[in-house]
Amino acid sequence: MELDGNALAGDLAEVFAVEMTTARFTCAGCRHADAVATLRVWTRAPGVVARCPSCGDVVLSLVRTPARVVLTLTGTARLELPV
Amino acid sequence: MGIISRGFGGRRRDSAPDLPPGQYLTHDFPVLSAGPTPRIPLDRWSFTITTEAGQKHTWDWARFTALPSEEITRDIHCVTKWSKLGTTWKGVSLDTLFADVETAADYVMAHSKGGYTTNVPLEDLLDGQAWIAYEFDGEPLDPEHGGPARLLIPHLYFWKSAKWVNGLEMMHEDEPGFWEAAGYHMYGDPWHEQRYQGD
Repeated sequence: MELDGNALAGDLAEVFAVEMTTARFTCAGCRHADAVATLRVWTRAPGVVARCPSCGDVVLSLVRTPARVVLTLTGTARLELPV
Repeated sequence: MGIISRGFGGRRRDSAPDLPPGQYLTHDFPVLSAGPTPRIPLDRWSFTITTEAGQKHTWDWARFTALPSEEITRDIHCVTKWSKLGTTWKGVSLDTLFADVETAADYVMAHSKGGYTTNVPLEDLLDGQAWIAYEFDGEPLDPEHGGPARLLIPHLYFWKSAKWVNGLEMMHEDEPGFWEAAGYHMYGDPWHEQRYQGD
């Protein structure tokens, strides 16, 4: 089941000190840039997977273990955070 | 705790002595996916084993389904903690597919349509332990469950059984696939509860 980037709000609020759904990502694959809320998100998986709405590449994933939250940003060229 | 607090999860839990640690029994077949479900026409389906020397062994759907197939009944265990017992599949053994493949590499990266990858030691694919499955419960495998064909390695957590598999790439060194790079265990033995890196 596909959701939008607002589904990331709770998980990312644990990691970042600022509101992340209005942050801007730049996709490392196609350089598309937009608000995190526009990412295409899959949550019914071993972790949360957010894909670029332009090229479909994985921009970020988030895996929750009993002791850690593992945020993988291999597909993110840049994050612009509101301050 | 209130009686409704277990709710959604608690109703699905059965006790079963033959489950790996931390697993619960389910009777349905949950669909987990990390991206859109690809629809792959059979006339465009192919499966390729690529050796460390770059040699390619490729099957189209007709050649693949003409290979000897096996009926497989195995329990499956998802790292999200559901297990399903006695699932029945039809598929081609990896022993058959590797019969003419010459390799000295010990590791395999499975590749799927859509870009998913997962790593497996070669020895876990051979000796009757793994298949490319194309039927479930006597029916063609649904796209939601990885059809037309998926990897089936029932003795490892089910994220290793890559949906929509289209190739195996031989590697000398073990390298992480998609979930392994994102925090999951490199091997994933459910009986040793190898869920995450460090388990």
